[in-house]
Amino acid sequence: MMRGCSRTRLTQNQGTAVCMTNCPTLIVTVGLPARGKTYISKKLTRYLNWIGVPTREFNVGQYRREFVKIYKSFEFFRPDNEEGLKIRRQCASAALNDVRQYLTEEGGQVAVFDATNTTRERRETIVQFAEQNGFKVFFVESVCEDPDVIQENIVQVKLGSPDYTNCNTDEAVEDFLKRIKCYENSYETLDEVLDRDLSYIKIMDVGQRFLVNRVLDHIQSRIVYYLMNIHITPRSIYLCRHGESELNVNGRIGGDSGLTPRGKAFGKKLSQFIQTQGISDLKVWTSQMKRTIQTAEALDVPYEQWKVLNEIDAGVCEEMMYEEIQDHYPLEFALRDQDKYRYRYPKGESYEDLVQRLEPVIMELERQENVLVVCHQAVMRCLLAYFLDKTAEELPYLKCPLHTVLKLTPVAYGCKVESISLNVDAVNTHRERPENVEVSRMSKEALLTVPAHQ
Amino acid sequence: MMRGCSRTRLTQNQGTAVCMTNCPTLIVTVGLPARGKTYISKKLTRYLNWIGVPTREFNVGQYRREFVKIYKSFEFFRPDNEEGLKIRRQCASAALNDVRQYLTEEGGQVAVFDATNTTRERRETIVQFAEQNGFKVFFVESVCEDPDVIQENIVQVKLGSPDYTNCNTDEAVEDFLKRIKCYENSYETLDEVLDRDLSYIKIMDVGQRFLVNRVLDHIQSRIVYYLMNIHITPRSIYLCRHGESELNVNGRIGGDSGLTPRGKAFGKKLSQFIQTQGISDLKVWTSQMKRTIQTAEALDVPYEQWKVLNEIDAGVCEEMMYEEIQDHYPLEFALRDQDKYRYRYPKGESYEDLVQRLEPVIMELERQENVLVVCHQAVMRCLLAYFLDKTAEELPYLKCPLHTVLKLTPVAYGCKVESISLNVDAVNTHRERPENVNIHRTTQDALHTVPPHV
Repeated sequence: MMRGCSRTRLTQNQGTAVCMTNCPTLIVTVGLPARGKTYISKKLTRYLNWIGVPTREFNVGQYRREFVKIYKSFEFFRPDNEEGLKIRRQCASAALNDVRQYLTEEGGQVAVFDATNTTRERRETIVQFAEQNGFKVFFVESVCEDPDVIQENIVQVKLGSPDYTNCNTDEAVEDFLKRIKCYENSYETLDEVLDRDLSYIKIMDVGQRFLVNRVLDHIQSRIVYYLMNIHITPRSIYLCRHGESELNVNGRIGGDSGLTPRGKAFGKKLSQFIQTQGISDLKVWTSQMKRTIQTAEALDVPYEQWKVLNEIDAGVCEEMMYEEIQDHYPLEFALRDQDKYRYRYPKGESYEDLVQRLEPVIMELERQENVLVVCHQAVMRCLLAYFLDKTAEELPYLKCPLHTVLKLTPVAYGCKVESISLNVDAVNTHRERPENVEVSRMSKEALLTVPAHQ
Repeated sequence: MMRGCSRTRLTQNQGTAVCMTNCPTLIVTVGLPARGKTYISKKLTRYLNWIGVPTREFNVGQYRREFVKIYKSFEFFRPDNEEGLKIRRQCASAALNDVRQYLTEEGGQVAVFDATNTTRERRETIVQFAEQNGFKVFFVESVCEDPDVIQENIVQVKLGSPDYTNCNTDEAVEDFLKRIKCYENSYETLDEVLDRDLSYIKIMDVGQRFLVNRVLDHIQSRIVYYLMNIHITPRSIYLCRHGESELNVNGRIGGDSGLTPRGKAFGKKLSQFIQTQGISDLKVWTSQMKRTIQTAEALDVPYEQWKVLNEIDAGVCEEMMYEEIQDHYPLEFALRDQDKYRYRYPKGESYEDLVQRLEPVIMELERQENVLVVCHQAVMRCLLAYFLDKTAEELPYLKCPLHTVLKLTPVAYGCKVESISLNVDAVNTHRERPENVNIHRTTQDALHTVPPHV
């Protein structure tokens, strides 16, 4: 739980900055090509940003692609290619420079330096860079010798790389395998003895085994926990809201009402949909509110209730219509429109609070395989934002209509989304941000974007 | 988050029970004497029980002490002592039998089998036992060669053992070191290759390094996370409530009121107390409610606000006096007295919910060193129950009076508690469980134990 740690100014002292309690962290990947370093970097970055830790990844390969416009072949990576080595060193330096800027001037808290970093010498350079700037360093190494995993990796993410747009599959695979060979001779894996003073996690065989050394602080502990819970087994996550509820139809927020007849019809359609998906071993999760439980009951399969999946608590505004909120709390209503993510209803919650309480759900979703989560509008927006890497600004306005299932399937470095409407009519509950969010605005302007209701 | 997993019946099939989704887990310690196995077993058991997973530890040494009434010397543990070996094997079997009974008949979910288990042969026996009964096995090995750590261990927990009541310190230490030697020759540590199919965590050098293999499920993942966050550095945790608040004085629960003059006086006394404690680097945590923040402000040191430290949400009963709750919700009031731990206020929370949301606080307290937590009555009861291993039945009735600091210092296998009253008068807010909890009781019976207020 990142509780809004305050940043402390660094004092420069003989070329080594003093590392304060909340000094930035530099995560450094280590490993041969096609070991999942970029996959891990992007996923970790997405997770940290979602829980509120400003994080950015710096992929050295991308710097190289910008510098060397056209990739010719694996020869560029030959250890005896002086020109290639020079360019690669320059790219790494440029990336580290951007890292420094991000962490010291742009408010970044974590930077992920994504490159092979396979020699002890290179890693020592990075450690010194971090020491000079007062950054903590945490290495994440991925070690894998399973040829099937490496092949699948190449097929999933390398074939589509800009490096291989003009090659056919066999040519690309052959070249990439030779590229990997260029690194193998000089590869120095993190060693229990030689690297005993470094902080790192070594991930072996795609998460079957881990070696963890010198975890120094809270963020490193959370990173380790996250990395130990993710997997790459193909699966799908289904997100949907409860069926239409009585309060929905009346334009009221929150509460704990039951389903309307249309909402119940959605439950039946959902059941049919799930069966057509033919998923083995689907887990079904709901909140502890009537409307999600009633929806899941229609599926006639076991389901688990999570209190933390309950809808955002609207505090004093619970069960009100937007018109009533404007009437009783016009100031609050305007403040919410100004910063919907951080705004907390009096005696209630904010989206930011919601993300904090949903973190265990995300962690368990990472551990699981096929899961259907029957939840609520604000909750679904938070979960969706995690999977689709949406910002805090976008999150509260993500469209999650009733009676629509979102099927999320991890692919390459991201998530494929399929939106499946189950063709049961429902009221629209999505209120767009109005143009005028001023505290002094008129009722009409405040209520301009309220969706129609009874 | 253990969401009340339902237990499924095991089907016996050719001597091997089918392991269902929620089958019990057998945690097995591994390691030479004085490596912290019992410390880890007890701490892990306490943690799992607190988060709601029924867990019990089975210490084979204890079975041995019950069997062999008087411990003579290390000779009992000599590898060539046939009589000793026979007794030790019987004790291990007796313990495993009790494990089976606990996990299959008494509703246990996790059993911690605490013994040296230093040979591959012994561990294989246990794995077979688990397979026959449909238990998952997770090994926890502690490896340490630091003589200072081992010495400190012997001094802290072995000298006080029943085995050494009639020895002086030097005799005891000498005998115990010889006892350790008896195990050394046959010690087969968990091996990355030979034991690659087992699920385990190997803890090295008191948590500096970890090797984690084949984490199979949620509970194992939580156990690993917990074990990676605990440490044995001496420190103290200070727990106290906010200073007396306006609502306290009026006998009202919940709300977000400020401090009374006496409450502010407590803040000043707390500041003086903290200074006399002379703690280096004390972290101060509060909730996000006015009364804890105002209290911390008096300390004039940086503090961190945690929303999850907010007082239990009394839902519809927020800001009511007990007399008013009895007046408006007599049924609810009685139900709460019947099961104060699990009872959830309408639109509010239960103590059980509170424990769930406080788990990240406990995890971070384990990571930290000296911390002062300024919180609330129900919250403090939950935290205290964790440190003092109180049951769900005892927890909601733990005494946490205003203006009193509890100083918790880990010692041996538990926690020393010092209760320090700062001598500032305050209203009593502790309501004991009344004798009559029947829903038909009279108002007088219901309000019998309400403490006096303005």
